[in-house]
Amino acid sequence: MKIIDEKNRTENRLLLGIDIGSTTAKIALIDNGELVYSKYERHFSQVRQKTLSLIEEIKELLTGRTFTVSISGSAGMGMANAASLPFVQEVYSTAECVRCMEPSTDAVIELGGEDAKIIFFTGGLDERMNGSCAGGTGAFIDQMATLLNLTNEEMDKESLSYQHIYPIASRCGVFAKTDIQPLINQGATKADIAASIYQAVVNQTVAGLAQGRRIEGKIMFLGGPLYYCKGLRERFVKTLALDEEHAVFPSYALFAVAIGAALYGAGGEEFDYETLTKKLRESLKTRERISSLPPLFKDKNEYQAFLKRHLKNSVETRFSGAYHGKAYIGIDCGSTTTKLVVISEENEIIYSYYSSNKGNPVEIVREQLLKIYENFSDDITICGCAVTGYGEELIKKAFRADYGIVETMAHYTAAKHFNPDVDFILDIGGQDIKCFKVHNDSIDSIMLNEACSSGCGSFIETFAKSMDYTVEEFARQGLFSMAPVDLGTRCTVFMNSSVKQAQKDGASVQDISAGLSLSVVKNAIYKVIRAVSPDELGENIVVQGGTFMNDAVLRCFEKEIGRNVTRPNIAGLMGAFGAALFAKSHSLSKSALMSEREVRELVHESKSAVCKGCTNHCRLTVNIFNGKERLISGNQCEKGAGIKLSDDEKLPNLYEFKRNLLSSYTPHKGKYKIGMPLALGMYELYPLWFTVFDTLGFEVVCSGFSTRKIYQKGQFSIPSDTACYPAKLMHGHIETLLEKKVDAIFYPSLTYNINEEKGDNHYNCPIVAYYSELLHSNMDSLKNTNFIYPYLNVNSHRELAKGLYNALKDVFSDISFADVKKAAKKGLDEYYLHMERIYTEGRRALFYASQHNKRVMVLTGRPYHIDPEVSHGIDKLAASLGFVVVSEDSVTSDVEVPILSVYNQWTYHSRLYAAAQFACDHKNVELVQLVSFGCGVDAVTTDEVREILERRGKLYTQIKIDEITNLGAVRIRLRSLIGALEEREHKSNE
Amino acid sequence: MTKKSTYIKFTKEMKKDYTILIPTMLPIHFSLIANVLRNDGYKVEFLEYTDGNIRDAGLKYVHNDTCYPALLLIGQLLNAVKSGRYDLDHVALLMTQTGGGCRASNYIYLLRKALKKAGFGKIPVISLNFGAMEDHPGFKLTLPLIRRMMYCAFYGDLIMLLSNQTRPYEKEQGETDRMVRTWTDRLLVDMSDPKNLGYDHIKKNYHLIAEDFAKILGDTPRDKVKVGIVGEIYVKFSPLGNNNLEKFLLSEGVESVMPGFVDFCIFCVYNGIYDYVLYKKKFIKAKVCRVLYRYLLGKQNDIRSMILSDFPQFMPPADFDETRERVKSYVDIGTKMGEGWLLPAEMLELASEGVNNIICTQPFGCLPNHIVGKGMMKQIKERNPQVNIVAIDYDPSATAINQENRIKLMLSNAK
Repeated sequence: MKIIDEKNRTENRLLLGIDIGSTTAKIALIDNGELVYSKYERHFSQVRQKTLSLIEEIKELLTGRTFTVSISGSAGMGMANAASLPFVQEVYSTAECVRCMEPSTDAVIELGGEDAKIIFFTGGLDERMNGSCAGGTGAFIDQMATLLNLTNEEMDKESLSYQHIYPIASRCGVFAKTDIQPLINQGATKADIAASIYQAVVNQTVAGLAQGRRIEGKIMFLGGPLYYCKGLRERFVKTLALDEEHAVFPSYALFAVAIGAALYGAGGEEFDYETLTKKLRESLKTRERISSLPPLFKDKNEYQAFLKRHLKNSVETRFSGAYHGKAYIGIDCGSTTTKLVVISEENEIIYSYYSSNKGNPVEIVREQLLKIYENFSDDITICGCAVTGYGEELIKKAFRADYGIVETMAHYTAAKHFNPDVDFILDIGGQDIKCFKVHNDSIDSIMLNEACSSGCGSFIETFAKSMDYTVEEFARQGLFSMAPVDLGTRCTVFMNSSVKQAQKDGASVQDISAGLSLSVVKNAIYKVIRAVSPDELGENIVVQGGTFMNDAVLRCFEKEIGRNVTRPNIAGLMGAFGAALFAKSHSLSKSALMSEREVRELVHESKSAVCKGCTNHCRLTVNIFNGKERLISGNQCEKGAGIKLSDDEKLPNLYEFKRNLLSSYTPHKGKYKIGMPLALGMYELYPLWFTVFDTLGFEVVCSGFSTRKIYQKGQFSIPSDTACYPAKLMHGHIETLLEKKVDAIFYPSLTYNINEEKGDNHYNCPIVAYYSELLHSNMDSLKNTNFIYPYLNVNSHRELAKGLYNALKDVFSDISFADVKKAAKKGLDEYYLHMERIYTEGRRALFYASQHNKRVMVLTGRPYHIDPEVSHGIDKLAASLGFVVVSEDSVTSDVEVPILSVYNQWTYHSRLYAAAQFACDHKNVELVQLVSFGCGVDAVTTDEVREILERRGKLYTQIKIDEITNLGAVRIRLRSLIGALEEREHKSNE
Repeated sequence: MTKKSTYIKFTKEMKKDYTILIPTMLPIHFSLIANVLRNDGYKVEFLEYTDGNIRDAGLKYVHNDTCYPALLLIGQLLNAVKSGRYDLDHVALLMTQTGGGCRASNYIYLLRKALKKAGFGKIPVISLNFGAMEDHPGFKLTLPLIRRMMYCAFYGDLIMLLSNQTRPYEKEQGETDRMVRTWTDRLLVDMSDPKNLGYDHIKKNYHLIAEDFAKILGDTPRDKVKVGIVGEIYVKFSPLGNNNLEKFLLSEGVESVMPGFVDFCIFCVYNGIYDYVLYKKKFIKAKVCRVLYRYLLGKQNDIRSMILSDFPQFMPPADFDETRERVKSYVDIGTKMGEGWLLPAEMLELASEGVNNIICTQPFGCLPNHIVGKGMMKQIKERNPQVNIVAIDYDPSATAINQENRIKLMLSNAK
């Protein structure tokens, strides 16, 4: 291939470029304007050896000549330093290459193993790389393929025959995984999921990387994933609406960086083959400083004692098939794995099964049931079958199981079997970390991980596989590491990059295995449980879940908390075992489970559909069994499942009430149209601003409640990826208003919110207060509009009027101060009336609950959490589970804030603390706190709210919500809450 | 007002024999301030050690979604408390508190929570603030004390400013750092004598400091690529917070430029004035702030004029009024939480001085920085096309390789 270079750098020269990315090494050799050699290989983190061997392969081409060398790529940095060879940053290399090869390119999109980049050429050179948190890279695609149990090639092929695209969070691999798992469990097709994954990568690139700049013109696509995955290319081309001429997929896509590096090096120091290989060989010897931790075991003896101690906690197994009599089946259909046990009347396990879901749990359970029927035929009578876990409903319905029980109850039942005094259970599965405290024989507090800490368990597995080890072998490696590496705890994406750094710095497999175990454990203790001492956990700790079968993880946990714990030998099967025990405790004469013939003949199909019950348009998965029985999942409320409620059956729901209140403001035709984006602080003060402008004779145009579409409309102008979802939605609302051709848009900057005299101060958080400034600075479409965002004092109608008048008078010259003053007064009056309406409804709801003996849930959050797109219908879900739902502002008007150990400086949060007090003061009232991902303020409030509640023996439940929320997990959490409450009541009645 | 769980007050008796521990942020400034407190009768220790356990202690005792600075500050103090170096019945901790709308106002409460969790609930924590947010009878900021602390900040800024400009050009390795130490030690002694707090003496010191640093530079032209550092105050200044950013930049052969600490103080004072303009709140506070603002600006401009007239080889501190004016068309100066409008203002200030390469440092997930950091970059780049900015996130789990690769990308386009 010809290398065209206007600067003639290649003429009569031999140029070598080496590009070492996070997963692969590439070299390019240019001889007198011709690319004479190129090679691409995975380096398995053996960066320096790999480079050396690649060079040795082209000995013939290099010997006897002098040439320039230049190294590029994120993993090349350390090596270039150690070998003192020239280094050039990879984005710079890419630009260099593209400028030569395809000068008319407007922008380049390059996806690598761990980095994603965009280079804009036209309109000022601008280069972007993904931030620390972003996914959408090769490593991400690899992980997703593993999850689907496909190779990259298979996934690519599958994706081409997709029918539907599901929304998958594109922020990072961890989040995406949390979204994909339920899709798999619900039975969505692999083709649809594969295409949706690619679409998520595209969205991440377009939204996260371009950050407000549109990707237009002639686009070149580079890097491994874009070179290999046709499906991914297709998604890019479609999303960016490119035609063939404007989408360039060059043949040298893999080598662009290496070519660029070679060009960059031209004219520099010349080397010969011997000098270069010598330098590289010497660099092998240097090992960088790595921060390491103490080993897991002092010596073999300590290890032996450890093994002996844990061997005690075994359940009897009898696999000989000699058992005759009653038997009970427990099935735990988890997020990534399916577990199944059959127990005897004496609690012996007579059959067990543990395997990855392979994307289709129904098939797996079918196979297993058939096996059971085959193995035992007439020897056993199945007298009960219980299902638990994510796929509970699906499996229960598919095979007509007798019971479905909440995971927490299943685990507690099992743990009690091993240690009747158990007071703390920690379960680390593939995807989730769950823990609960047991007090007075009932579950006292439930803690589940949030999205960021998920996937720790399966990360070890995936990683072991990528290193060509089984999980067991990999775990064994870690046991005797002398210097485990510190890999951090934030999330698996960060861990992944820490692992790579450690490898590049020369850490061994042993050290990494031990380090990973420790990271998982620390994540559980410090992020999920938030404990600092073993006493906070308990005396009798039972640990379980597949991840604890790894002895290294178990050892790390005991070391970290400084206490011995019980790990049952069936740690991975506890959910299923608990379910079986549960079925046994309800012993039936005969289970309703499908017969062998029925199981064999079961026909299961799934298709996707969109719910038309309301404007939410939930994406449903419809499972059809034998062509008639249907199970619908993915719905937020009863409507999606085809159930109609009469008005009497409808429980009071303050979230819905508040939404209806906001919708009830009807605009009047006026001289000017003023747009109000219904997001962030506007939710609280809409009655005020509506009334002000309505009184002034404006036609108020509201952007309405958020939808996914609205979000996507403004996604491209979001500059900060880690801001909260409610803030990111704002961009779409602005776009919506602009489409409606308003004369001006109003979103005031409010440093201070309404002073309700509940706190030390009455601030808004920085995002609510100043998001207007960000919109002004980042949204090009606002440039041609009057965007009015004055700094106002909403606590004095005089000051408010002055501020408003100053902001409006230049835009609307016919407005008088007197009018504004009158309008401001009226607006504030309306706001207080509005709040009064909410209090009244709050009182009605509480009264209703006490009359009908219903549980009350204070669903706390921020005013903007009533947005159906922000809270994803969690209020409706809670109502469908039998809760009367009230909001924090509807019940706290006369509640005093309790004694706090934090600085109470935000208006919304003062209500939160008051709501916690309210829940403490009332029986039958539970508090659930909605927390938006990225809300820094809630890092302060969540601990405090928990403390307030736990001081008074109340349960605390926190639900993290983001762009997409896995309602399946929320449902489990709320059902666990109900389970725990029921058990408490049961106990107190006894 | 909210009822607070009562905090332990630092009493007058405690002043006699308690050792007050101060976390690190700006080594030069803080060691001078520690000394001033010592001269006022306090027993003070400025925590300089920075081992890896600090981060772990922070992760263990502070909610992991809290910002990185809180994690490090609290981790450092806890680590010190647990080190066994101090008599725990006679030790107190000090933490600054701004009272703004950002999470930072809560650091002190998070520290108390962490202490309680770790079993040191009895250790008093002193809030260092200028708004009477808490009452500690044994720790009173008197006017003379405040005045002396102010000069520590001015001295500190000057030494930092000049040393950044000589370090990349020194002929003898370590020369600049030695000079920094010499002057810090000299000022420790110098400021102990009340006589030396006369302004003429101080101005003479300014001159001597500048002369000494000028000697290091000699007639070497300051021709290396210049990279400005702005951002969240802690990660911007503290080497512990930013993975030794300045050292890394030095090894990349560039000169780093850091707008000073005093600017942040003036920014806080100015917000007191502007709050009254916007909201008609706190008339008296606004009046005091107005006087204070002019006073501080005057002092800073004295340093500026000295450098402009006598040391043209150095870049002086910026004129704060100009910095403030410059940013007005970008962001309203009512944006005051965190570093507020000062952050984009400093980017523009750097650009106006010809420092077009800028690193914007922030803790991962920093709320004000969504707006005033990352949120302002598009506009600044559009209106100043020569500017080359990169945003770097700092976090306990972020890898240095990731940060350095992004900085290198910025540097490869640096002019």
